[in-house]
Amino acid sequence: MSLNEIGMQKIWEGNKQKRLDELFKIDNSKDTTASESTMISISGDVSKVKRIGAQMKNGGITINGNVGMHLGEEMAGGKITVNGDVGSWAGSMMKNGAIEIHGNAGDYLAAPYRGSTKGMHGGKITVHGNVGNEAGAYMKKGTIKIHGNTGQFVGLRMHDGTIQVQGDCDARAGACMIAGKIVIEGKLESILPSFTVDTIKPKVKIEENETVQGPFYVFLGDLAECGNGKLYVSKQNNPQLTIYDKFL
Amino acid sequence: MKNGFVYDPLHGIDGQKMDVAVKNGKIVESVDEHKVTTIDASRMIVMPGGVDIHTHIAGAEVNSGRLLRPEDHYKDIERKTSITRSGVGRSIPSTFTTGYRYSRMGYTTIMNPSMPPLEARHTHEELNDTPMLDKATYPLLGDWWFVLEYIAQNNIKECARHVAWLMKSTKGYAIKIVNPGGLEAWGFGHNVKNLDDQVPHFCTTPREIIRGLCKTNKLLNLPHTIHLHTNNLGKPGNYQTTLETMKCVENLAADNKPVIHITHCQFSAFKGDDWGTLQPGSEEIASYVNTHSHVTMDMGQIIFTDTTTMTADGPFQYDLYGLTGNKWINHDVETETSAGIVPFRYRRKSYVHAVQWSIGLELALLIKDPWKIFMTTDHPNAGPFTFYPKIIGWLLSKKAREATMRRINPRARSQSLLPSIGRELSFYEIAVVTRAGQAKALGLKNKGHLGLGADADIAIFDINPEKTDPSRKYKTVRKAFRKAAYTIKDGEIVSKNGEILKHVDGATMWLDVKVNEPARITDDIKKRFKEYWTVEYENYPVTEEYLKKSNPLPVEAKV
Repeated sequence: MSLNEIGMQKIWEGNKQKRLDELFKIDNSKDTTASESTMISISGDVSKVKRIGAQMKNGGITINGNVGMHLGEEMAGGKITVNGDVGSWAGSMMKNGAIEIHGNAGDYLAAPYRGSTKGMHGGKITVHGNVGNEAGAYMKKGTIKIHGNTGQFVGLRMHDGTIQVQGDCDARAGACMIAGKIVIEGKLESILPSFTVDTIKPKVKIEENETVQGPFYVFLGDLAECGNGKLYVSKQNNPQLTIYDKFL
Repeated sequence: MKNGFVYDPLHGIDGQKMDVAVKNGKIVESVDEHKVTTIDASRMIVMPGGVDIHTHIAGAEVNSGRLLRPEDHYKDIERKTSITRSGVGRSIPSTFTTGYRYSRMGYTTIMNPSMPPLEARHTHEELNDTPMLDKATYPLLGDWWFVLEYIAQNNIKECARHVAWLMKSTKGYAIKIVNPGGLEAWGFGHNVKNLDDQVPHFCTTPREIIRGLCKTNKLLNLPHTIHLHTNNLGKPGNYQTTLETMKCVENLAADNKPVIHITHCQFSAFKGDDWGTLQPGSEEIASYVNTHSHVTMDMGQIIFTDTTTMTADGPFQYDLYGLTGNKWINHDVETETSAGIVPFRYRRKSYVHAVQWSIGLELALLIKDPWKIFMTTDHPNAGPFTFYPKIIGWLLSKKAREATMRRINPRARSQSLLPSIGRELSFYEIAVVTRAGQAKALGLKNKGHLGLGADADIAIFDINPEKTDPSRKYKTVRKAFRKAAYTIKDGEIVSKNGEILKHVDGATMWLDVKVNEPARITDDIKKRFKEYWTVEYENYPVTEEYLKKSNPLPVEAKV
């Protein structure tokens, strides 16, 4: 596609259709070292632009700036890198590929659209900052790595896959989960009463060739849903959980 | 319309080349050719506008379904144009979108079944906002307290007067019965299992309710028969209940006229002891219907897709929730009826769903007389109405059926009777099952045909029946039925090649039943309204001013 053709692409602004070159300055990459597959680089604040990279299948998108909602919705391949913050529903319902966010992410990371139960089906999301509520809701497969803290309900109604939280977690982690793995290395004030303590493990595997050293309490749940999910919570950072020791 | 291949089964016209003239919204003998708009319909099929006898498109239940399923809407967006309003779709489209989509497929009249009388006002508000179509709605009377009481006392005359009052106050069109007795029992967590079970707290049985309302229907001279959703619907082995139901009104029939309409019969034709041994019961039902003339039915054809099931049959919906574990809504409409909504996906590879798919088509093909079985999906229960062209394809072409059959569950395929059925419907028969037959069963005098004085509701499809062989080119036919070349409503071109050209408000038809002696509204009845309903007797009726475009049809009752 020539530069001109790209500029002629239609895009919605509010309820009006516009041309892409009316809203963006489009330029050819001067970087000749870029890989052969399509690479798109967006510079500037696009925090009001939604659905960037939705349904993408391959190639790469790099965004230098903040991004709006529904980034990489239903993406099936390729890679999105964001050097900034991201709105809600990033990686919603994604099937494959990778998203790396160097800032914070909003609520509903990888969660499906309201009412739907088709969560993340594969791929990997890495967030170097903090994340809002309900990250990884209805997740079925794949990995989410969060280097910062998370809001409430991480892994809500999760069916499978792995969520790793290196920072602290707000309340109700793993609510209604049926299977899968949530690893919390920071602080989690209290465990939901519908979880039962199982054992203490010295380390936990996140991915191939990657393990995290513990020790970790292992909780099973959510029993309210007859679930068998595993919630790993750091023993060292959660002295308030020593009350569970007597049940072991 | 000049030189079209006209299919008008009510007048026996089978694809003859003809002109159709329209003036002031009616079909006329001829018009002055110099002063009119002419449509060149040569190489096209001209049919009366489509009539749908059973489609849930309005009311509290449908609206709750919309609220329950945001995920159903967001991928199917209808954009605003200078003529049409925006909306969302899929299995439960918003009201305006419903109207546009029906109109695009050449439909002009639809019937909204299952309206709890209490929700009449809401239903009519939504029907007012469903454009492009003439419509009517059936109040649910099979579990209405007063009806049950009159039937228990065997006081059919008073029952008839009461139903006449209710038909007028809810602006209804026909008597709808859903799982008679079962819904009242469901209020106490029970169900009825066969026609002779006692309905708790009312000394009556489903058999008496069906017979009582059938007699009521005759006394009132209503244009349609009773519209029945059978007991035990959706349970393996229920074909026997269906046969018994049809038999129980056999002796009420006279002059070869139908007295009962079994709706979405596919769900009532299961043989077997449980889901694992489910088999089609369509052969038994078809052979009964073929030898009796007092029954009409509609298909309720399964479409393999994601949809939303909604019926007033609360106990059935509860079972469905138990099967799927999906989110659901359960609703008790005060003293009148119940309701349930469960999202559902019909899968090709599921044995039960594939058998259900087969049953619907078997019924339509094994029942020899197309005037007895009509095409519906019981929208949205078995699939959204937007899939009708697909069903037309299956009915017209064995090849289309075989193409789908190759992809369904292999065990279901071996159970299916479809491979042994060679019958392929003609365009004439399609016109019967989608329009003429339905209009006739509904007693709509001005719909479903192109005779003089009929409403000028016409659909033109871009197929040349001389050139296109539907049994081989079913995909072409499907495409043509998906977007009518022209849809004409009351003499105006409202849609062309799938584009809405004009927004028109259709009329709401209702029965103005004239009885010799009005229903006795005793102090006791008023007192009960006060005690058990949230709406009092005085505020209960929906007045005619409430309808945007009212079309009362006078009926002379015999009581």
